[in-house]
Amino acid sequence: MTFAVVLAGGIGSRMGNTETPKQYLVLGNKPIIIHTIERFFVYPEFEHVIVLAPKAWVAHTENMIKKSLGDTDKVSVVAGGSTRNETLMNAIRFIEENYGLDDDTIIVTHDAVRPFVTHRIIEENIAAAKQYGACDTVVPATDTIVESQDGEIISQIPNRATLFQGQTPQSFNAKKLKELYESLTDAEKDILTDACKIFAMKGEKVYLVQGEVSNMKITYPFDLKVAATMLGGDFEE
Amino acid sequence: MINSIYQLTSPRLIEVTYGEIDLSEGGVLVRPTHLSICRADQRYYQGARSKEVLAKKLPMALIHECLAEVVYDTEGKFKPGDRVICIPNTPTEDDDVVAENYRLSSKFRSSGFDGFLQDYVLMQPDRIVKISDDVNPDVASFTELISVSMHIISRFDKIAHSRRNSIGIWGDGNLGFITAILISKLYPDVKLYVFGRNYDKLSLFTFADETMHVDDIPDDLMLDHCFECVGGAGCEPAINQMIDHINPEGTIALGGVSENNVAINTRMILERGLRVFGSSRSGREDFEKTVEFLENNQTEVHYLETLVGETFDIKTILDIHKAFDSDKALRLGKTVLHWNK
Repeated sequence: MTFAVVLAGGIGSRMGNTETPKQYLVLGNKPIIIHTIERFFVYPEFEHVIVLAPKAWVAHTENMIKKSLGDTDKVSVVAGGSTRNETLMNAIRFIEENYGLDDDTIIVTHDAVRPFVTHRIIEENIAAAKQYGACDTVVPATDTIVESQDGEIISQIPNRATLFQGQTPQSFNAKKLKELYESLTDAEKDILTDACKIFAMKGEKVYLVQGEVSNMKITYPFDLKVAATMLGGDFEE
Repeated sequence: MINSIYQLTSPRLIEVTYGEIDLSEGGVLVRPTHLSICRADQRYYQGARSKEVLAKKLPMALIHECLAEVVYDTEGKFKPGDRVICIPNTPTEDDDVVAENYRLSSKFRSSGFDGFLQDYVLMQPDRIVKISDDVNPDVASFTELISVSMHIISRFDKIAHSRRNSIGIWGDGNLGFITAILISKLYPDVKLYVFGRNYDKLSLFTFADETMHVDDIPDDLMLDHCFECVGGAGCEPAINQMIDHINPEGTIALGGVSENNVAINTRMILERGLRVFGSSRSGREDFEKTVEFLENNQTEVHYLETLVGETFDIKTILDIHKAFDSDKALRLGKTVLHWNK
């Protein structure tokens, strides 16, 4: 079975002059998170859509979903964990408890703040996760990436042709992700902020799915302005 | 939900824009899978319309010939994965007399509003017709064009008198080819003639009783009814030739689009008591008839398969440009886009 996992656990500390977590800000006529959830809700192959929200926002998120999609048993809202990976593990736990986990269980995990994801990106994620066990959605890096160990002096400039910027979805064989995560030490868990990195670090292959520049992450107030402009609307400060 | 729409913003320039789909409005969410380029799309793409028309219509997503897959139905009547033909004509009011495709208030995709070059399209349930998985999807992609031919024939059937011993089709292009296939099947006892200007194209009309170059028509060849599938500048000599070769009280069905006024021999139309009627576009009834035809006539679907020219896997906007450029050079046949954007 294939599940969608929408990650909305962050509290949006980078969003600037607003206390509302960024995924709940309105873009066009709906909150960003609802745009994103609807994309996964309509995609036929998903058995269930699991939304990981900050604990205080779980009921609020449920209300928003009901308002937009009516009564549906295809979406559940679950409280996120203390870190991104712990949040992911909460999703896997939910699947295990409600559906069981087997060798064919696939999860497509996606940032709630990337509402411009397309049908093709989701389709290719599912196909790649089934075939390779893990995949990451990326776009070729356009800026030159500069590495500095001390933040003052350049230590190296990697060849841009081999660099990509990571987006989401990231998709996995859920059982394998769980096994790999549980094999990490606490110290390793602390530094592994990216689920694909868990696979890569353990020598597992992670396939690249071509993303879209438009599949942007709405992180800063500037991003929300860009997103609103992309939708053709005006942005009100 | 945010939707990606690939609009022609000016000739030969396609840009992605974004719009919102509100599922609470109801409808059936479909994903285009196979799209076919029509001459009208090509004219917009090349900028071969007047400055005023382009200024009024653009930006607009092109393509109105579309096979799609149901993604989600708010009513639950269609199942995800159902293959459907999308109807581009969109009526906005009811009328007991005037058909939906002739109402001035009706809107048409890739003419009055966005066509099917979109990630998803929210269709009203009466604007899609389910089609069997067994029909070749490349052929199904241009069901709309076939339905236009079906519409002309349905109207002909109501308007023309009952003596139908011989029918002539002028035009060896796509519309002529499709109309000839349909007439040969729907009227098996009719002697079907096809007239054109290209021997190589005419040789493909193997299902017609006779094909002839327009310069070789014998003076004494007389037909009960005629179909004009020429369009453009060529339709003027074609219609006048029909008037010369039609029996009294015969019917001439006009199907080709011309950008200019056409001078025809009205004196002879009067003298022979001819009926001349025009048709444009098609409505739900024509789509239903066409789908039924495609589902039940495998041989004819094979004939239609020979019309499928190049197919393009569309993953980028550049791929769309390649498809339109290739289509421009096509003498006969349909360019089909496999939509994977």
